[in-house]
Amino acid sequence: MAYFLQQLVNGVALGAIYGLIAIGYTMVYGIIGMINFAHGEIFMIGAFLSLIALLLIAALGISNVPLALALTLLFAMAFAALYGWTVERLAYRPLRGSQRLAPLISAIGMSIVLQNTVQLLQGARVKPLQPVITGGLVLMEGDGFVVRLSYLQIIIMLLTLALMIGFTWLIHNTTLGRAQRATEQDMTMAALVGIDVDRTISATFVMGAALAAVAGLMVTLYYGVVDFYIGFHAGVKAFTAAVLGGIGSLPGAMLGGLLIGLIEAFWSGYFTIEYKDVAAFAILILVLIFRPTGLLGRPEIEKV
Amino acid sequence: MAALVALGLAFPLVGHRLEDSVNGLSLGYRFDWVAIGVAAVFFGRLTIGLLGGVPRIAAFDRLKGLRMDWLGWVLAAIAIALPFLPFADRNLIDKATLVLIYVMLGWGLNVVVGLAGLLDLGYVAFYAVGAYSYALLSLYFDLSFWVCLPLAGLFAAGFGVLLGFPVLRLRGDYLAIVTLGFGEIIRVILLNWQSFTGGPNGITSIARPSFFGLVFSADPPEGRMAFHQALGIDYSSLHRVMFLYFLILALALLTNFVTLRLRRLPIGRAWEALREDEIACRALGINPTTTKLSAFAIGAMFGGFAGSFFATRQGFVSPESFTFIESAIVLAIVVLGGMGSQIGVVVAALLLIGLPEWFRDLQLYRMLVFGLAMVAIMLWRPRGLLSHRDPTILLSEMKR
Repeated sequence: MAYFLQQLVNGVALGAIYGLIAIGYTMVYGIIGMINFAHGEIFMIGAFLSLIALLLIAALGISNVPLALALTLLFAMAFAALYGWTVERLAYRPLRGSQRLAPLISAIGMSIVLQNTVQLLQGARVKPLQPVITGGLVLMEGDGFVVRLSYLQIIIMLLTLALMIGFTWLIHNTTLGRAQRATEQDMTMAALVGIDVDRTISATFVMGAALAAVAGLMVTLYYGVVDFYIGFHAGVKAFTAAVLGGIGSLPGAMLGGLLIGLIEAFWSGYFTIEYKDVAAFAILILVLIFRPTGLLGRPEIEKV
Repeated sequence: MAALVALGLAFPLVGHRLEDSVNGLSLGYRFDWVAIGVAAVFFGRLTIGLLGGVPRIAAFDRLKGLRMDWLGWVLAAIAIALPFLPFADRNLIDKATLVLIYVMLGWGLNVVVGLAGLLDLGYVAFYAVGAYSYALLSLYFDLSFWVCLPLAGLFAAGFGVLLGFPVLRLRGDYLAIVTLGFGEIIRVILLNWQSFTGGPNGITSIARPSFFGLVFSADPPEGRMAFHQALGIDYSSLHRVMFLYFLILALALLTNFVTLRLRRLPIGRAWEALREDEIACRALGINPTTTKLSAFAIGAMFGGFAGSFFATRQGFVSPESFTFIESAIVLAIVVLGGMGSQIGVVVAALLLIGLPEWFRDLQLYRMLVFGLAMVAIMLWRPRGLLSHRDPTILLSEMKR
């Protein structure tokens, strides 16, 4: 029981991170219908940015941990958002309206470019970071096993929850959110009623990139190591999460992220850690066989 | 404006370098790099602005007018003559062999993506199945390359059907992620099934193929005849390289031939029709499931052939050769070449595989250039280098 609870805690924390990345995939897919393969790399860049920011802030002599973290968060979100915007502007916008696979290839190319740029600029070695937030609560003690909920995990969960609420509000209650939903439904129609489609799409990329940067900061703090290769793996997992939840749906992305996180945590806890990826993908395939549009996805209506 | 953005982009990542030091990490500064980069972007943008946009390069527009069948024969002739040309050395033939492997993979994937319009991000799985089935068959059962080649193709096709059967009901991008997942599953299994596949160490010393029973080695084993003895010429290690080159050339041309013939058959027509409009196909009585499955199986089979060739050429297989990036490269070759265009695949493979091989000295920048080339070609010719064969009849504006 105690062991189960511990895996649950770990799974939820991991799932929150996947969920944040998945939102970026799902929003972009919802609006322009492309798989943004470079999104995982934006997440990786977010992780590097937060590492740099942490060191920079330490160098400036700010030793208050919450303040330093808040500044890091802002720094990483702002610059990752800039990266997201640039990628969209350079590699995707010129291809809007061309065949479906063109932006996909451009995205794969962009992801290779970003990955190798970071490798060249920051070196290929794994970057370690001393834990910034330590300690935690002991939830339960039993069977000689202690269930721990670290402060970091609490922060991850709370921050994710807050961001989710914030974004849901933003999508449903602001002009920008309304524009995004309109663009998602019909790009031409949205343009006709006076929505600047290009700007809306840019905003989507910026938001997705900012969320990915938050996830990047969390991973940096959670695992304490960053290298230039983490983007691909996290990206694939997060995209799986987005599809599992039903691509194009915000709560779906979060749910999918949580599910993938839980599957991984329980699988590595009870079975073998090597096959956790296989388990995640196998469950994805199973879900898609029975629900081809994901758990919360709307069935696509085919028009002739 | 562009310079400002560049400054923003460069400031954190270029301007700071994470350095390992005694107590964890420290920062190094190099704002001079940032300044240089920003200045370069500023003047670059200014030049483009003054020139009035990026000039269009007309060469490829003219190329479109060329008769493709003619170009195909010329390329085939060059390919056959290549090893005998005076400047051809071992290095060049090796590179040409590599390019041809990708050409073959591209043609195989072209059946799935270009003709049937199914987005497959896990093509490397079939490549891996082919390579490992040859490696394992020759390891455990001591079968020769020529027996294994069709078997590897069959296995790969079997896996194609196995994967395809449950998931082909999915549309577009759902299919893409499932195939991607499948590719990763195969790789992870190969990596972790130590006792059977050798895990991360892979399988070494895979038997080399023979030429109708003639082996390629300086001193053949008892009872076998070596190639150079049969022809009465001196032994040269170049013979094997050339033999491998011709082998992959033959396999690739076979792939091309089969694909071109299949296109004319009802099944090929059905694939293309399915790509354009699935609902209309269903209304016309085409069974989408079997049609898609056949495309999947045939594409997978060619992937398997290429895989077993890869295994025999390297003499060594390990899961590292079958990562997602390989799938992405093959897909990029197909899309950059112009989906459905056979010659386009060759041109794209030459560009994407051949050019970076040339610049191997610049190890570090190779992949960077590769990625940049992918983006640049896509931006420059969104429909592929040689735009694909459109359906012959169009009633109205196609739905996107």
